Amino acid sequence: MANQILTIKNLTKIYGENTIFEGIDLTVNEGDTIVIIGPSGTGKSTLLRCINLLTKPNGGQIWLDDDEITAADVNEENVRQHIGMVFQNFLLFNHLNALENVKLGLVKVKKMDKAAAETKALHELERVGLSDRAHHYPGQLSGGQQQRVAIARALAMDPRIMLFDEPTSALDPELIGEVLEVMRKLSLAGMTMVVVTHEMGFAREVADRIVFMEKGSIVEQGPPDDLFYRPKNQRTREFLWKITELYGKKEKEA
Amino acid sequence: MDLGRFIQYIASGTAYTLGVTLIALPSGLILGLLFAVIYVYGGKLVSRIMSFYSTIMRGIPPIVLLFILYFIMSGSINLSPFWAGSISLGIISSAYQMEIIRGAILSVSGGQMIAALAIGMSRIEAIRYIILPQTLRLAIPPWSNEAAIVIKDSSLVYALGVPEILRRAQLISASTQQPFLAYTTAALIYFGLVLLTNTMLGRLEKRLRIPANP
Repeated sequence: MANQILTIKNLTKIYGENTIFEGIDLTVNEGDTIVIIGPSGTGKSTLLRCINLLTKPNGGQIWLDDDEITAADVNEENVRQHIGMVFQNFLLFNHLNALENVKLGLVKVKKMDKAAAETKALHELERVGLSDRAHHYPGQLSGGQQQRVAIARALAMDPRIMLFDEPTSALDPELIGEVLEVMRKLSLAGMTMVVVTHEMGFAREVADRIVFMEKGSIVEQGPPDDLFYRPKNQRTREFLWKITELYGKKEKEA
Repeated sequence: MDLGRFIQYIASGTAYTLGVTLIALPSGLILGLLFAVIYVYGGKLVSRIMSFYSTIMRGIPPIVLLFILYFIMSGSINLSPFWAGSISLGIISSAYQMEIIRGAILSVSGGQMIAALAIGMSRIEAIRYIILPQTLRLAIPPWSNEAAIVIKDSSLVYALGVPEILRRAQLISASTQQPFLAYTTAALIYFGLVLLTNTMLGRLEKRLRIPANP
């Protein structure tokens, strides 16, 4: 049996009187790419934020490998080092160029010496195809390039798992492809990934498992073919049908 | 008295004016920066205290505060009027500088902090390496305004007997019966100092500007 990297048990998040999600159970095995889909406002992004402790859950537990990261005495900074996160709006450090963005965590968090950090940062930029943009600032890069730098920044920390929170939702259509391509390669190379996205083509091609979330709970999960062709739940069928129709239309127009 | 010596007498106060400014402005910056950071990140109680501090300091004329602080300081520790006046002006300026920096911190997107935490930085590291470098760049234009105010307010220490520009203008005006000439000379020196400072800070702002496509 494959190594379980991430285990989530009975996770619950409540904001005031709003239950964002409740009783979420999820396991992610080493090397898996899990794609989480579902309508907006069903707690997909909040779930990712709980996994890297940017948001505190109200109940339930999360393990990274064998360590419970929701334990009271856990060192949050230490946990976050091992969980890479890519955001919808890139969130590159605006005052640093691409190379410095990737390098900073290595020097300040991992305490690598500057020369080694620079070499590693350049290597990570090369992996996302941007070594020629190393000295460009975020304001000088396209959205797609910014997101690829953000992926390199997260990868540089050598995370156990990468979380992607709608990484292409803020991009112009013609820039989506380059980001998905980087993610696809990453997945093929064996990186463990949890991806929240509406890109059904990517989900079908790359995901080992698709998780359909709605109204704060997991409705159904399984391999892409099962969910697309043999969904057990009526809601899954409706959602996938709607979103695939939209996607198909976009492709025809293009 | 010939004109050259007349002007020279007033201008020699510039050393004091600069001295007061160069103590008040940086000490106000250090305090203001510290206060702004704890105002924004220090939690509810601290932010209330800082807000109270800011309201009080900005709600009282600088000259009144200067007297109060001067008498507190000269009563407890034996400071010269020059040092007591300079430090007092620094404390007064700290409230204004705190508001400038606080505004700049708030205009750096909250996402920057989240992204810094996400790569494993502590909040203090994030503030030091991510938030403040962006904040201080944004703060230069309003800070340049505050620098001009501190240069001008340095004239207030004349009331403590520090022989700076205004004090000397007052003395020579009394002894020569030439008030217009005396105060115009003082005005031109102050104006020159403010203009020079603003020009230099304008250059600094340009040099530190983060490159971006138009």
